[in-house]
Amino acid sequence: MEGIISQLHSNIQRVMEGGGAEAVKRNQSRNKLLPRDRIDRLIDPGSSFLEFSQLAGHELYDEPLPSGGIITGIGAVHGKLCLFVANDPTVKGGTYYPITVKKHLRAQEIASQCKLPCIYLVDSGGAFLLKQAEVFPDKENFGRIFYNQALMSAEGIPQIALVLGSCTAGGAYIPAMADESVMVKGNGTIFLAGPPLVKAATGEEVSAEDLGGATVHCKTSGVSDYFAQDELHALAIGRNIVRNLHMAGNHNVSQHRTFDYKEPLYDIKELRSVAPADFKQSLDIRSIIARICDGSEFDEFKKLYGPTLVTGFARIYGQPVGIIGNNGILFNESALKGAHFIELCTQRNIPLVFLQNITGFMVGSKSEANGIAKSGAKMVMAVSCAKVPKITVVVGGSFGAGNYAMCGRAYNPNFMFFWPNARISVMGGAQAAGVLTQIEKANKKKAGVQWTKEEEEKFKADVVEAYEREGSAYYSTARLWDDGIIDPADTRKVVGLCLSASMNRGRENTKYGVFRM
Amino acid sequence: PSPGVKNQKNERIEKILIANRGEIACRIMRTAKRLGIQTVAVYSDADKHSLHVKSADEAVRIGPPPPRLSYLKASAIIEAANKTGAQAIHPGYGFLSESAAFAQLCEDKGLIFIGPSASAIRDMGDKSASKRIMGAAGVPLVPGYHGQEQDIELMKLEAEKIGYPVLIKPTHGGGGKGMRIVQNPSEFVDSFLGAQREAAASFGVDTILLEKYITKPRHIEVQVFGDKLGNIIYLYERDCSVQRRHQKIIEEAPAPNINNNFRNHLGQAAVAAAKAVNYHNAGTVEFIVDTLSGQFYFMEMNTRLQVEHPVTEMVVNQDLVEWQIRVSNGEPLPISQLQVPLSGHAFEARIYAENVPKGFLPATGVLHHYRPVQVSPEVRVETGVTQGDMVSMHYDPMIAKLVVWGEDRSTALIKMKDCLSKFQVAGLPTNIDFLSKLANHDAFRSGEVETHFIERYKDELFLNPSDSVLAQEAYHAAKHAASIVAACFCQSEHAAVEKDIPRGLSLWYAHPPFRMHHNARRIMEMEWDHEYNKGSKKLLKLFVTYKSDGKYAIEMEENSSPALEVDVEHLSDLDFRVEVGGVSMKVSLAVYFKDQTEYIHIWLSSCHHFFTRKMTLELFDDGDKQHKPVLESASHPPGTAVAPMAGLVVKILAKEREKVEEGQPIIVLEAMKMEHVVKAPTSGYVSGLQLTAGQQVFDGHVLFIIRDS
Repeated sequence: MEGIISQLHSNIQRVMEGGGAEAVKRNQSRNKLLPRDRIDRLIDPGSSFLEFSQLAGHELYDEPLPSGGIITGIGAVHGKLCLFVANDPTVKGGTYYPITVKKHLRAQEIASQCKLPCIYLVDSGGAFLLKQAEVFPDKENFGRIFYNQALMSAEGIPQIALVLGSCTAGGAYIPAMADESVMVKGNGTIFLAGPPLVKAATGEEVSAEDLGGATVHCKTSGVSDYFAQDELHALAIGRNIVRNLHMAGNHNVSQHRTFDYKEPLYDIKELRSVAPADFKQSLDIRSIIARICDGSEFDEFKKLYGPTLVTGFARIYGQPVGIIGNNGILFNESALKGAHFIELCTQRNIPLVFLQNITGFMVGSKSEANGIAKSGAKMVMAVSCAKVPKITVVVGGSFGAGNYAMCGRAYNPNFMFFWPNARISVMGGAQAAGVLTQIEKANKKKAGVQWTKEEEEKFKADVVEAYEREGSAYYSTARLWDDGIIDPADTRKVVGLCLSASMNRGRENTKYGVFRM
Repeated sequence: PSPGVKNQKNERIEKILIANRGEIACRIMRTAKRLGIQTVAVYSDADKHSLHVKSADEAVRIGPPPPRLSYLKASAIIEAANKTGAQAIHPGYGFLSESAAFAQLCEDKGLIFIGPSASAIRDMGDKSASKRIMGAAGVPLVPGYHGQEQDIELMKLEAEKIGYPVLIKPTHGGGGKGMRIVQNPSEFVDSFLGAQREAAASFGVDTILLEKYITKPRHIEVQVFGDKLGNIIYLYERDCSVQRRHQKIIEEAPAPNINNNFRNHLGQAAVAAAKAVNYHNAGTVEFIVDTLSGQFYFMEMNTRLQVEHPVTEMVVNQDLVEWQIRVSNGEPLPISQLQVPLSGHAFEARIYAENVPKGFLPATGVLHHYRPVQVSPEVRVETGVTQGDMVSMHYDPMIAKLVVWGEDRSTALIKMKDCLSKFQVAGLPTNIDFLSKLANHDAFRSGEVETHFIERYKDELFLNPSDSVLAQEAYHAAKHAASIVAACFCQSEHAAVEKDIPRGLSLWYAHPPFRMHHNARRIMEMEWDHEYNKGSKKLLKLFVTYKSDGKYAIEMEENSSPALEVDVEHLSDLDFRVEVGGVSMKVSLAVYFKDQTEYIHIWLSSCHHFFTRKMTLELFDDGDKQHKPVLESASHPPGTAVAPMAGLVVKILAKEREKVEEGQPIIVLEAMKMEHVVKAPTSGYVSGLQLTAGQQVFDGHVLFIIRDS
């Protein structure tokens, strides 16, 4: 496991450097801060920042795209949690690759679910033109950013844009669609077409500053609202805008006190060694629960019934939670118990924390005859409809329908994280290879082709290898199938922060569909 | 006859008006209160909220800030006494304390002047008259020749009588012009003739006087006290040799390195001086002591309670203000000469608002942070100010007197050094660091004090900006201190947030702040302003990393290793316990804002450093200063002013061809019932101004153009 952690850290280290020393230096020479430093200066001094998907875009394209070229996360400004979306101008000039768009949209989704004001730190060249087909046309593409801004604004979720660099073409709509926007003199520019394009289109020769600088937009066009002398000034104005939101009366903030809590009795750092590297070894999920809950106190529900699913009540940093964790394959009883427990929690508005380590539902004639599909469906129905905050942490395997029942990405958990050792796929590599080999063998036989033992082994190995690669946490996080890989030792903290952020919205009532009985 | 005893019915003083301000007013009130005597303060408009006003039972405004209109205005003070029914007036020191006329006025108005008689003040106030009286009474005077006869041979004889070295000085004039120090007879004639020529040229009179030149003088003064019954005693001496700009800064009692025999001689001479003018109440007889010959000579007598009286109080264990009041009541001195104790040693350091590197120029400003040391029976802090007060240009810039007592001189000195290092003042420049240097000087430690002390040791007492080794050391110390400041800032920020955590968000403000897979890090920039830099500021850029164990790792330059690890415990508002490099220590900070700058002071392990930080721009500055009005668009030449709206010309404030400054109002328009001033867009000459008052202009109408020539 130590190797896994150090690999994670070296991967992180690389993306933290942004687009490389030269780009960073160029950025600095323009009196611009790096995106994480910008956020650091916006959030309350000394307060936490929960960053998402640092490894988005990891080995996704031919060239590296550190953090997908955009930094997202949650932090507090003047005591209000806000969601930050910050372009990284050192990465491909802050242009939007497909994964950049996906990460931007995912951040907006989090904001929308948790009702967090959005602060966009704009410094982007717009869509990456070479990949326009994957960036521009589809539903969940570039245009969706502005659609989301409009809907969130309509819902009363403040949209704030700080234009700290260029903001070209489609990007120009980020400040334009914002409720309030700030522009920095000199560095900030907003235009639908930059000076070269203008010259090509109309022959007009104009400097970037005169075309779409802060003076033009704050004084003449009205595209921007606040004129900032420099970047620090812009960030200070940004903080002030949040202070003046006066959102306190607009929605319910959870009333619970979160400062009276006990640390777990067990060392949180031990989670690194608890993390299963080999999924054949059974792992008692309680050893994880004990290290993330206040005082290691866990009141287990239906402990003796369906023991492969562990359910129970606990607190994390004083915040009550219902925890659902896997202790083996899901059987009929375990699925029913899970559905029951989810109903309990939604009834009481208790957030749910899913600790996934699941190879799947039990297969076989006995299971099918017992209606495992029906039981599983009950749990999936409960998970889908539950309107309490849901946080999923994949601590081991996430395979097959188990992923569904345990609130995988498709089930809209408010937050979802992977441990670096975790794996995700429709089934295990070996199982898949077995199934595919059988089918292939049958096909070959039908076609009358001879399949040598070596060929068969190679086929099998290729499948296993593909599953191995595509099932890794890095493969997942690079594609934003989650909100990031976390250090197991940070689990308690991250879940705590997520709970706090998700409690920012008011209570929502759960209504279930038809349970197949 | 005892003038001043108007208290015919033998009434005792029950209410005193203190005709002074600052620390001395507060100090007098403290004793009065202890004796159950009511106090009346007087104040000028500048002092309305000062400590001495708050400390008094009653307070009366006596006028505007300038002293001649308030604290020196005798009639206003007498009126205040009458209004409040005070029977006595204590003048403190300075102001009216040595005004014979005021003492007389008090007598005439039936008020007790707590001090000597008007005649004694008058006698001692006239320098030459006082010397005559002293000479007659047998008090030693500096040998000299003050005669009219100016024959060179006679003068030379007189010089030999006085004994070399001799000072030749014109009777008129001043400023050292024409003054000559003559070391031996062979130089006399040349020097004498030179002095005569210079005196004639400068002052038109060439009369010369001779005086003994004292090479290594000490300033030693004797505290005397007399009652109205004719008893006069002395309360030993004080050494006040360490002076700057002819003002004392460190005084001590008793004087170091003198023996009892000498002490008694001094005392007896002082008593003789006081007796010669029928002195009563507190007085001080100042002597100049020739350290080479061991001779002492009368200089002058101060007919008041002196600034430095507390050092005497500490070694004789008496309250001199109480004595003053009792003597004024007509009571006899409480003890006789033989009963005067002398125990231990006391120092007084005068803490001034002043600019030491700029020749001790008085400074003014606000005491943004003021935390004197803890007082005890052995440590007194005489002060008349509190935090937030203003040290104004109207009065003496003394902030406080630090008085310490110890069983002997070295014990007292150690205590004084400690107190000075902990005496916290921020907001204006002070002499505290300089006093510390003085107190730490070897020659001072061994009591080798003399009036030229500061001049003699100036190389060691003042910074030498060209000393690169020391400059480098100072820079390192400043960086180290700045690192601790940074850590303390982070910690106090955390403490401030903790007091008022937004509901439900405590986890977000937990310490250390969370970051995904890395430690939170921040940059803190501070400017270090030091004498070594000759006023140029040095930017210190500190990189603070919040470590997961709650400590701070501070790099003084980017990626400088090893980083300084600092563990901070926040004790209270400004106090911290800091552990760095295995040593834990107490640290205090002071922070205040002035002129868009944040000033940060830190006191740690007997060092004091200070830094500044530029504050961020004012919010919502719309940047108009950087941008010419949009009205001046491309269609008009630069410098063109156009009417911002349709309106009526009301006033024209400049003429064609007139030279105007940027922003100067040129035309007043009236529109929509409001006046609008059109200003010069740049500096230059007005041209094209063809308007008359009452004329209607339209939106965009060119009003005038400012041209360069």
